[in-house]
Formats: sequence, C-alpha cells, structure tokens
Amino acid sequence: MKIAVCIKRGPDMETRFKIAASGKAVDEAGLKYDLSDFDGYAVETALQLNEKQGPGETVVISLGPDVVQEQLRKALSMGADRAVQLKSDSVPVDGLAIARALAAELQSGGYDLILFGRQAVDSANATVGPMTAELLNLPCATAVSTLDIANGRATARRELEGAAEVVEFALPAVVTVDEGMPRARYPSLKGIMAARKKPLEVKAAQLGEERLTLEKMELPPERAAGRIVGEGPGAVPELVRLLHTEAKVL
Amino acid sequence: MANTFAMAESRGGALRRVALEAVSAARALADASGGGEVHALLAGAPGIASLAPELGKYGADVVIVVEHAGLANANSEVLAATAAVRIRSGGYRAAVFSSSAQGRDLAPRVAAKLGVAMAADVTSFELAGDALVVRHPAYAGKVIATLRLTGTPAILTLRPGARAAVESAKAARVESAQPAIDPASSRVVVKEMIAGGSAKLDIGDAPVIVSGGRGLKSAENFKLVEDLAAAFGNAAVGATRAVTDDGWRPHSDQIGQTGRQVSPDLYVACGISGAIQHIAGMRNSRTIVAINKDKDAPIFKVADYGIVGDVLEVLPVLTAAVKQARSQG
Ligand SMILES: Cc1cc2nc3c(=O)[nH]c(=O)nc-3n(C[C@H](O)[C@H](O)[C@H](O)COP(=O)(O)OP(=O)(O)OC[C@H]3O[C@@H](n4cnc5c(N)ncnc54)[C@H](O)[C@@H]3O)c2cc1C
Ligand SMILES: Cc1cc2nc3c(=O)[nH]c(=O)nc-3n(C[C@H](O)[C@H](O)[C@H](O)COP(=O)(O)OP(=O)(O)OC[C@H]3O[C@@H](n4cnc5c(N)ncnc54)[C@H](O)[C@@H]3O)c2cc1C
Repeated sequence: MKIAVCIKRGPDMETRFKIAASGKAVDEAGLKYDLSDFDGYAVETALQLNEKQGPGETVVISLGPDVVQEQLRKALSMGADRAVQLKSDSVPVDGLAIARALAAELQSGGYDLILFGRQAVDSANATVGPMTAELLNLPCATAVSTLDIANGRATARRELEGAAEVVEFALPAVVTVDEGMPRARYPSLKGIMAARKKPLEVKAAQLGEERLTLEKMELPPERAAGRIVGEGPGAVPELVRLLHTEAKVL
Repeated sequence: MANTFAMAESRGGALRRVALEAVSAARALADASGGGEVHALLAGAPGIASLAPELGKYGADVVIVVEHAGLANANSEVLAATAAVRIRSGGYRAAVFSSSAQGRDLAPRVAAKLGVAMAADVTSFELAGDALVVRHPAYAGKVIATLRLTGTPAILTLRPGARAAVESAKAARVESAQPAIDPASSRVVVKEMIAGGSAKLDIGDAPVIVSGGRGLKSAENFKLVEDLAAAFGNAAVGATRAVTDDGWRPHSDQIGQTGRQVSPDLYVACGISGAIQHIAGMRNSRTIVAINKDKDAPIFKVADYGIVGDVLEVLPVLTAAVKQARSQG
C-alpha cells in the first residue's frame, strides 16, 4: 500500500515550560523535541502494515520550518521510505490552514491510506486529520485503536468515551491513530545510517488565509498546596470529614 | 444581536451532559451579543424529539430536530453535512460543539466544509468586536493560550465540564429537518456498538472519579476501586496507562496526556505515582485526593488531601466511611 503519515514535531511534556518574552510562545531554550506521541504510533502502524502486506511505500510529511527535518529523519530511520517537508516560517495555530497545505500535497499522491495522530502533543486540537479528510473528500475514522486492512477495505475500532464502535470503510481513507495502536519503535543504528540517504523533499507550504491567531500564552494559576491528612486507614475519618465540610463533595 | 448554533449531543437516545453545556454556552454567547436566539441541533432515531424541552430549559429558543432510523448511532458524515447546511444558511455568529469524542470528530469537518475558523477544547470565551476570543489549555495543561477567531461563523468545541450548564428556560420551538445526506449512503459504516463497562457512568460525565494505578498490584484488586465508586453512587472508574497497558482495565479508562482529560468535582487517585502524563489528564479536577504508600510520590504535589498508606488497607475503610456518610447525608 502507499501510505502517507502526517507528523508533527512536539516538545517533551516533562518540561517545566516558561513563557517566552514575546508572551506568545513557550521559551524554546533547552526544550527537547520528538515526534508527537500519536504520530509515532501512526508511523509505526504504517510500517507494520507495509511489512505485513508486502511491497508498499511509506511517505512521511511534516509542515513547518527546517527543524521539522529532525522528526522527518527520525521517521525515515524507523523505516519510512521518503519524506516531504512543507516549508513555512513557523507552524500556524490555525489547523485549517495546515490541513489545506497537507491536502494540496496529498491530493495527487495516489495514497491508499493517510494516517494522522489523534491529536498533537502540544496544542491537542485533534482537528487537522478530519479537516484534511474533508478537504480531500475521503472517508475518515478518528480515534482508532485497532485497524485491520484486507482487500481494499478497512475495519477499525473507534474509542468513544466509555463506549466503542467498530466501523468499516473502503480505501482510500483517512485514519487518526489513538492509544491501542502500536508504539513507535526505536530506530536501529542501521536505520539511522540508511535514513541519511533517503529522499527528503522540501516544498513551499500552501497555507492560505489564517483565521485563528494566537493572542497570548500564560501559565495557569498554581493549585493551592495540599496537605497530608494522615497515615493509613486511621486517617480515613478525618479525610471524610474534610470532604464533607471543606471540599463539600460528599 | 446575533443567533448562535449549538450541537446537542446524544447517545443511545439520551442527551449527554455536554449537550446541555453546549446549549448553555451558546445561550451565554447569544446574550452577550445583545440577545439573539439559540438554535440547537438534535439528531437521532425517531423519538429523539422528546428531548427538545430539556434543551429549552438550558436556553434553546429553537430545537432543530432531525429524526431518522439511520441516526440511531452518531454518524459524523451525516451530522457534519446536516450541521454545515444549517450553519451556512442560518447566519450564525458562532457554532458551539463539545470537545467530546463525537464533537471532536464532527466540528473539524464542519469547519473545513465551511472554510471558517475553529478553536478546539475551549474553556472560556468572550466576544470582542467582530472576533471571538477563547482560552484553550495547551502543553498538557501547563500553558493557557488565548486565541482569536476571525470571521463568522466561528466554530468552537467546549471542553467537557469546563463550564457548567445553567438553566435559562426558553419555550424551545421545534423545527423538523431532514438529514442533508441519506444515512444509508455513508461511506463509513458502523458494524457494531460496544457499550462501555456495563452501562456505568462514563468518566467524562461522572462528578466523581476513582482512579487506580499500579499500586493496586493486580486486576482483581480493582474490585476495591469499583466498590468505592459504587459507594459514592455517582462515580466512574479511571486508570493510569501502566494499568491499561497491563490489560487490567480497557484503554478507554485511561486518563492522561494520551488518554482522556477529565475535570470532575472529586478525583481519588489510588496507588498512582502522579507522572506528568497522568496529571495532564486530571489536574483540572476540583478536589483531588491521593492515597499512596510513598510520601514523596509526585501525586501529593497536586492533591488537596493525601493519605500515606497501603491502598489495599485504606480503600475498604474509606468505602465503608463514604457509605456511612452518604446514608446520613
Ligand atoms: C496554544 C498553541 C501553541 C502552539 N505552540 C506551538 C509551538 O510552540 N511550536 C510549534 O511548532 N507549533 C505550535 N503551535 C501550532 C500547533 O502545534 C499545531 O501545529 C496547530 O495548532 C495545528 O495542529 P493541531 O494542534 O490542530 O493538531 P492536531 O489537529 O491536534 O494534530 C492532529 C494530527 O495532525 C497532524 N499534524 C498536525 N500538525 C501538523 C503539521 N504541522 N505537519 C504535519 N502533520 C501535522 C499530525 O498527524 C497530528 O497528530 C501551537 C498551537 C497552539 C494552539
Ligand atoms: C508518551 C507517553 C504518554 C503517556 N500517557 C499517559 C497517560 O495518558 N496516562 C497515564 O496514566 N500515563 C501515561 N504515561 C505513563 C506515565 O509516564 C506513567 O508511567 C504512568 O502514569 C504510571 O502509572 P502508575 O502511577 O499506575 O504506576 P507507577 O508509576 O508504577 O506508580 C505506582 C505507584 O503506586 C504506589 N504504590 C505501590 N504499592 C502501593 C500500595 N500497596 N499502596 C499504595 N500505593 C502503592 C507507588 O508508591 C507508586 O507511586 C505516558 C507515558 C509516555 C511516555
């Protein structure tokens, strides 16, 4: 199968974020970046499908400035065949602008399957996948936790908050990948060497008008410090009293 | 003065709490714009119209009812097409969806069909002249972003529980409408619905969540967590990724960065260390209780109340005490 995977660069969430002087971004000094969590699963899913189903091609696409080449190279070192950077000075906050640029690139690619993460690790909008599907007029299944493909048809399980559904659709189609799908493999040394010679094409991103813009970023108010009520089962009566009289949740 | 659209989400023929929150938020937007109407779209199997008065109670002036046997399960292709037709012709200032599994699937499609601005997972909003200005937690809730949506209609999805539904009784005129496309022509076909854990409260709807981590030691010991949830009566059970990875609980119970984000009135963390990826999913809970045998566990940094101790010993005592408190209260 010819599979495209749209991947986004995202910071390590363990970080203690600071706001940059502009008040419009996080301070990037010292941040470590990787593939957005679910995008790693999506790359892995594509690789496993093509490994199982015989000859295919996995193409990874990322929109952003040149730093996204790091994540594209990582996907190549995991085993993807080629990469495309849709170059823009910065990553817009407007998901629809990103979807437009991705759709323009994917349109004529002849892909059987286009994979996204359920949501990006930083902004967590979960919008770009279904928007791109809509622009391409393709069937779309979001938040997919299992995916089976046979004879040009896909069967997927979708997670629906305490419930789930099993859906079926014909390819080509768009799928956004949720927890339950395989986690990203670690690139092997051989993979890393091979990735250096794999093609990485750079094109200008066709973003169009952006209607969602960032006004400011700030840190949320700290939670008031809590307290240890006591040790062991003996602390239960005091806890219940506090839940009743102070927190008023009981 | 401008009208506002709201998507009223239902499941299995019943309204979800997020439907009332969406209608209530649309009411606030309409009022802020000088008193426009709120038009709520309610779609489902025949009979769904009976839920319309409930939407009126929370501020809907008009309920657009779309009844069709093919809509017994939410069908995003049909709902997105139907909502887009209505929003395009309705001249709305804004359209409010829920940041639920269903709403997250639906709203981006509608925004793409209409080519309009959309903000996701919004916790608060205000009208600012021609624009809509919203707040959205980013970076696992460690940063709050303020975003501006230009042009109309502006689409937003509202984070569940971020804004309580408030009553604001309206007469709720009912208008019937047809699905914009035939549900039978849908390209994505639902083959099977898998109901969540024996019709219990979903973690997105429950005012109380009792959550378990690896400190519970085994799948069997989750019985203690379920017992405490049952004692509260209005609680759902959640879990950490360590637990869902081990297969002790289904993935749908996972709370955190790659799981569900919740904000209940009370969150009880049992044998959970408090990794940042877990905290990302529950830090906005109103009150947090933690039970952990390690007094230095990071979970105590976000907890309002902590008990240092063996969760297997504390839980049965807590369950009995909660039962007793509830029988008295
Ligand atoms: C508050 C806020 C802060 C931001 N800060 C930054 C920042 O510091 N640095 C930065 O680079 N961007 C930043 N952005 C941009 C942002 O990360 C997204 O690229 C943009 O908002 C659209 O993606 P999304 O969050 O809607 O992605 P989602 O819709 O959540 O992403 C879903 C999937 O779409 C795909 N996808 C998303 N974006 C891309 C892309 N650019 N290329 C290829 N595939 C993609 C991936 O498969 C991803 O898993 C910020 C956005 C917001 C709202
Ligand atoms: C990309 C990524 C995404 C992730 N997403 C998520 C996510 O969405 N949700 C999530 O939860 N995790 C997520 N994780 C995993 C996360 O980092 C932690 O590994 C996980 O949350 C730990 O689960 P835990 O607290 O159950 O287990 P542990 O960290 O093993 O903690 C167990 C705790 O139980 C205590 N304990 C042990 N025995 C007892 C006892 N008898 N009585 C009382 N206390 C006891 C211990 O002191 C310890 O604090 C993610 C990780 C990554 C890398």
